[in-house]
Amino acid sequence: MKIPYPIFLKRTEDTPRWLPTVTSVGAVLLAFVISGIILAATGANPFQVYAYFYRASFGSWGAFSDVMVKAIPLILIGLGCALAFRMRLWNIGAEGQFFVGAFLASAVVMVPLVNLDTTPRWAIIALMMLLGMIGGALYGFIPGFLKARLHINEVIITLMLNYVAVLWNNYWIFGKWSEAGFQMTKTFPRNAWLPRLADYAAEIPAFSGLTLHAGIIFGLIAAVIIYLIVYRSKWGYKITLIGDNPRAARYAGIDIARNTILVFMVSGALAGLAGMTEVSGTVHRLQERISTSYGFSGVIVAWLAKLNPFAVIIVSILFGALLVASREIQPSGISFLIQGITLFLVISSDVLLRYEIKWVRPAQETAQ
Amino acid sequence: MTFSEKPNAVPAVEMQEITLRFPGVLANDRVNFTMYPGEIHALLGENGAGKSTLMNALTGLYKPQSGEIRIHGKKVSFNSPKDAIAHGIGMVHQHFMLVENQTVTENILIGLDTPRFGLNLKKYDDEVSHLAEQFGIHIDPTARIWQLSVGEQQRVEILKILYRGADILIMDEPTAVLAPQEADELMDTLKEMAAQGKAIAFISHKLAEVKQVADKLTVLRRGRATAERVDLQEYTRESLASLMVGREVIFNLHKCEQEPGREILRLEAVCALNNKNLPALRDVDLSLHEGEIFGIAGVAGNGQSELVEVITGLRECSGNVWLEGKNIANKPPSFSISQGLAHIPEDRIGVGTAPNLSLTGNIIMKRYDQEPVSQKWQLNYVAADALAGNLKDEYDIQAPSVQTQARKLSGGNLQKLILARELSSTPRLIVAMQPTRGLDIGAIEGVRQLLLRQRELGTAILLVSEDLDELLSLSDRIAVMYEGHVVGVLCSGDFDITNIGLMMTGTLPQDLPPEQEAPKDPAPGSASAFDEVLDHVKDYEQIEQAIPPAGQPVIITEEELPPAEDPDAGLSEKERVLRKVLGKKYAEGDEE
Repeated sequence: MKIPYPIFLKRTEDTPRWLPTVTSVGAVLLAFVISGIILAATGANPFQVYAYFYRASFGSWGAFSDVMVKAIPLILIGLGCALAFRMRLWNIGAEGQFFVGAFLASAVVMVPLVNLDTTPRWAIIALMMLLGMIGGALYGFIPGFLKARLHINEVIITLMLNYVAVLWNNYWIFGKWSEAGFQMTKTFPRNAWLPRLADYAAEIPAFSGLTLHAGIIFGLIAAVIIYLIVYRSKWGYKITLIGDNPRAARYAGIDIARNTILVFMVSGALAGLAGMTEVSGTVHRLQERISTSYGFSGVIVAWLAKLNPFAVIIVSILFGALLVASREIQPSGISFLIQGITLFLVISSDVLLRYEIKWVRPAQETAQ
Repeated sequence: MTFSEKPNAVPAVEMQEITLRFPGVLANDRVNFTMYPGEIHALLGENGAGKSTLMNALTGLYKPQSGEIRIHGKKVSFNSPKDAIAHGIGMVHQHFMLVENQTVTENILIGLDTPRFGLNLKKYDDEVSHLAEQFGIHIDPTARIWQLSVGEQQRVEILKILYRGADILIMDEPTAVLAPQEADELMDTLKEMAAQGKAIAFISHKLAEVKQVADKLTVLRRGRATAERVDLQEYTRESLASLMVGREVIFNLHKCEQEPGREILRLEAVCALNNKNLPALRDVDLSLHEGEIFGIAGVAGNGQSELVEVITGLRECSGNVWLEGKNIANKPPSFSISQGLAHIPEDRIGVGTAPNLSLTGNIIMKRYDQEPVSQKWQLNYVAADALAGNLKDEYDIQAPSVQTQARKLSGGNLQKLILARELSSTPRLIVAMQPTRGLDIGAIEGVRQLLLRQRELGTAILLVSEDLDELLSLSDRIAVMYEGHVVGVLCSGDFDITNIGLMMTGTLPQDLPPEQEAPKDPAPGSASAFDEVLDHVKDYEQIEQAIPPAGQPVIITEEELPPAEDPDAGLSEKERVLRKVLGKKYAEGDEE
């Protein structure tokens, strides 16, 4: 019997600590090379394109501030996904949780839930944050509950719920909350805006025009909290144990159903908070296109970061840069092309972590 | 009689000196196996004896490290099951590999290169029914798999093999899943196939059917072929039972005499379903006391797993399970753990450990919530590593560090890790399932010593095992399970290996043969039913030298072992045990 391809994969026992980082970085670089070839094939000069990319995203403080603005929701969503993925819960419903969070945060202004003229700014923002997180958490509760109690596949549920959330938002922005028939709400009063660097331009002139808002602080705090949960807390240990071997976790007396729901809610709450930062910090209104698929990019971010909370920040910034650059070059799809190729390569590179590639020597092949 | 009697027949299968090793387990140790055309050759042995491994070597699933396989006299080397099929070898596995939504014929054709394009199903339906008729197999080729009973599905598997032109068939415990009439029908089919010149290897636990259908018998025990018999008709069920179970060294385990204390565990009318929602436990009543090892004997799949799961809270049940006065039936596992229940699970890798977590991560599995590992919301990794380090030394777990991932440990060390975790929590009740399966002799003795030590400490121990020697040497009482019932409970004085073997195959205690047929402990020289058996029984290497001339019963105490085997000679008995059980640390230094 001939083996058609003289290559086989052998499971490795030992994965050196440095290897995951090397394969990830290598995958990103290879993605740029492949994208470059495609760019060259379309007649562009890839080096010029990449140089332009760089200038558009890191070329000035203004550009970098824009990159960070894009990175904020990615960080929050990426962290939520990283937590869920650690337990092998495939929450790809961050997009929906993001929209529900944005919706409930907007409700504070649009209903309005409090008197916007007399309530202090911090209280309005705190309430918006709270409701954003509750919205995301509740929207995460649905697949969590269905998975925990009825063993329904969370991938399908979270995916479908994304569409429900988008349509729910559309109902409000096209109908009840529509401003003059446009598919958006009115601009929020300044009281409901997250503070931005530009707000302090009077004191520090260098901040003038910078759109970076307080959401970045949420992102950093969330990263620290997720880090503590995963690597320091008992709960993180339980999550890791369940993710590694649910049967062992059950045997050890851990309530898997309860933790499934909890993790889904925390993951959703982070996505909901991302939705809140987007309406309150960036767009200042609820509209149809508040998300450029942040929810899905967040999934990619979590994977690229290998579920490490601090790596999530770095990867989010890189993705933010791609998003900003995509505004500047035509066709804007190039950014998504690079994103897609990167994810594909990073996921494939996992093979290198778990297997050694061996070539079958002719002698072995003809052992018979 | 059979083809094998013909003087110059070429064996269909000749396996010589087959050795197959898995990490930490010697599954086949220089096994010889020969089978002639027209012969039904039974392979008998306990679970883990190496029967399936040997047959998987024949079907190309595993490649033996050494040894030779000849098919019809020609030397072969299989790299995959495809090679074996090409040589006319087919296996019917215990778990069928059929596509539910396709017809019988379609399933038979799957994987074949013909027809290449376009399928005249009618033509193949006819071929299949013609083939089935030839061997007296009743099947409707147009039926879809999901419409068929288990027995019929098995026939499809057999036809699949026959259609590929196999003349060597391997049946892996084929009757385990069948109803009695279906089993009878299968026996007829097997005989018909043999009559037409097929060689059939038949793996089984069930003595009656081996006697009913097989021409020849090979017994495997602990990876070695211990007996080969040609004429089965001379053998009674009793002698077959003892062949399968074997007589072997019962190490002198220093089991001290002690009276069991008060009741720790009581099961009342416990019933439970298995994963297929069929009754697995039927009205089980048991009672366990302090300082008692209660053995559960039985052929795998007669409710032992479910019994363990019910007690440990992993399976729902009806009835009551009292642990020191508290009903733990249908309570979550965390509750019984908090009540002092330790569980040594059957599946070390799938249930007992988390493969990618470190040694520490696995050690703290059940005590991450207790001080000092628990520190408010935090997990104190320093304390956890210290705890794991101590247990690693105490239980002699061989690993580079406590950061080593569990999946890198060998089977024996994995089991030590589980024991360290479970026993160090000072349990009231230990539920141990197959605690020594697949371990080497040294590790086996270590585990047994640990259990005996827990017994001395007054812990109640439920020991489920398919290794009868283990049960006999450790247990104070043994319950035999068959099809979810407890067939009978024997006390320490009444243990009789033949009777237990018979009860394991469903014989009720009142139907057992009269006492004199089965001496419990044959004194040297006395004529016993075992003598003839012993002629054919070999034991593992280091004992072999110590075996007295053939015909003598083999009962060896530790003292009689060759001195080279025991590096701790000269130590006191207690020291020796401690050293074996707990590692160096205890043997040196303090008086304990």
